[in-house]
Amino acid sequence: MELFTNQVLAGIATGAIYACMALAVVMIYQAIDHLNFAQGEMAMFSTFISWQLMQWGIPYWWAFLLTLAFSFAGGILIERLLFKPLAKAPILTNVAGFIALFAIINSVAGLTWDFTIKQYPTPFGSSPFLGSQLISTHQAGMIGVTVVLLILLYLFFQFTRVGLAMRAAASLPESARLVGINTSWMIALGWGMAAAIGSIAGMLIAPVVFLEPNMMGGVLIYGFAAAVLGGLTSPLGAVIGGFLVGVFENLAGTYIPGVGNELKLPIALALIITVLVVKPAGLFGRAIVKRV
Amino acid sequence: MTAMLNVKDLRAYYGQVQALHGLSFALNEGSLTTLLGANGAGKTTTLRAICNMVRSTGSIEFEGAQLGNRSTENIVRLGIAHVPQGRGTFTTMTVEENLQLGAIPRRDSKGVVSDIERMYDHFPVLKQRHTQQAGTLSGGEQQMLAVARALMLRPRLMLLDEPSFGLAPLIVRDLFGILGKINRNDKVTILVVEQNAQLALELADTAYVIETGRIVMSGKANDIANNEDVRKSYLGY
Repeated sequence: MELFTNQVLAGIATGAIYACMALAVVMIYQAIDHLNFAQGEMAMFSTFISWQLMQWGIPYWWAFLLTLAFSFAGGILIERLLFKPLAKAPILTNVAGFIALFAIINSVAGLTWDFTIKQYPTPFGSSPFLGSQLISTHQAGMIGVTVVLLILLYLFFQFTRVGLAMRAAASLPESARLVGINTSWMIALGWGMAAAIGSIAGMLIAPVVFLEPNMMGGVLIYGFAAAVLGGLTSPLGAVIGGFLVGVFENLAGTYIPGVGNELKLPIALALIITVLVVKPAGLFGRAIVKRV
Repeated sequence: MTAMLNVKDLRAYYGQVQALHGLSFALNEGSLTTLLGANGAGKTTTLRAICNMVRSTGSIEFEGAQLGNRSTENIVRLGIAHVPQGRGTFTTMTVEENLQLGAIPRRDSKGVVSDIERMYDHFPVLKQRHTQQAGTLSGGEQQMLAVARALMLRPRLMLLDEPSFGLAPLIVRDLFGILGKINRNDKVTILVVEQNAQLALELADTAYVIETGRIVMSGKANDIANNEDVRKSYLGY
């Protein structure tokens, strides 16, 4: 039983990271109807920036905040320079754009910081959380930071003018323009926020997976699985999907014979395919109530 | 008297297809004008061209400002509210959020709150349903919501694209009554595109009739309504 509880809690902790990645993916998907394959690399690059800042002697939380700001600006810049010009281009052009972005960021990170694995600090420490053997303080920190982030995002989208405008622009761009919303900037803002959310995921998971240019590959696949499971049109679904995938991944690795650590990734892929076949809209995909 | 909206030689295109062939008309401040014509005559295109939602050439001047080079959202911010065909309801959001969205360009949050209350007075049914998803409203209620959303901008000019579409005749009467009141009491200039010519002519003071992208007739709404030839050949009643 302790093993089970332990695995569930550890799953919730990594699930928090998947939830962040899924949320970032969903935000961009809502804005431009494409999956950002480079989301993981953007997060990795942000994490390197924070690492570099700490190498220069800046304390963890200042580096954390500066990285958020850098990522936000970087996300907006990527949208303005690369994807705004592609807005009306066919889907494959966009896919090529994402793959190019992936390759460029990955190579630039490798060139700048090389491909060796680096230690990444945790501000929470890694002793047992509150003296319990079930979960470490870093894992508790991952869950805590994610929960705070989700609450802030909820408040932003529900109770601010810009949040309302962003939701409107994502759901009905033409109507949004007709009430005076600059939808183009709303998309850029969505990119900035997605990049910032992704950078949080990167910085939280880096102490676990270690810092290197390919650190987010697996994480992003789980993020995709989470987004698809929850429904690509539902931010809440993406978050719940993230936690579910995290727990599922750990339990499958522990209890299904032969899966172990090596086959965890195929499980995520199997999950994506199963959801797409059985319930393409995902668990929480938008069910619009409409009277005709 | 100078016109509030002055449209000259407006030509609009969908890809290679030309939809408007040199339209010219003017709206006086405080007027309630209707643009009539059959399906495909170019009524919707005219409204979309005013808001720069379709490629067009020619001159559109609103209170001295050229609209041609402005984006849709900037044109709206000048005080032109556009209720599009199909109403443009944000179906996944609540009724109240729809109203708040109408006022997005405004900075006076107190004024917005009191205007929302004013809309609930105009349209009591919206108050009953203010926390409900807008997509669950009936067609008539959604049209009320669309008009209320447009008014939340405190517009100087309101463009309505077939507000009667898909509504029961009684509800259309209601709605047109409200439009007349808005025009008189709130001093909002209104341009309404309609297929229901009879009703629109009762409501409006000025009318333009448009056929295949050209204006073929203009004048006082009364005169056009009473001209049997015009009615038979263009308006079909």
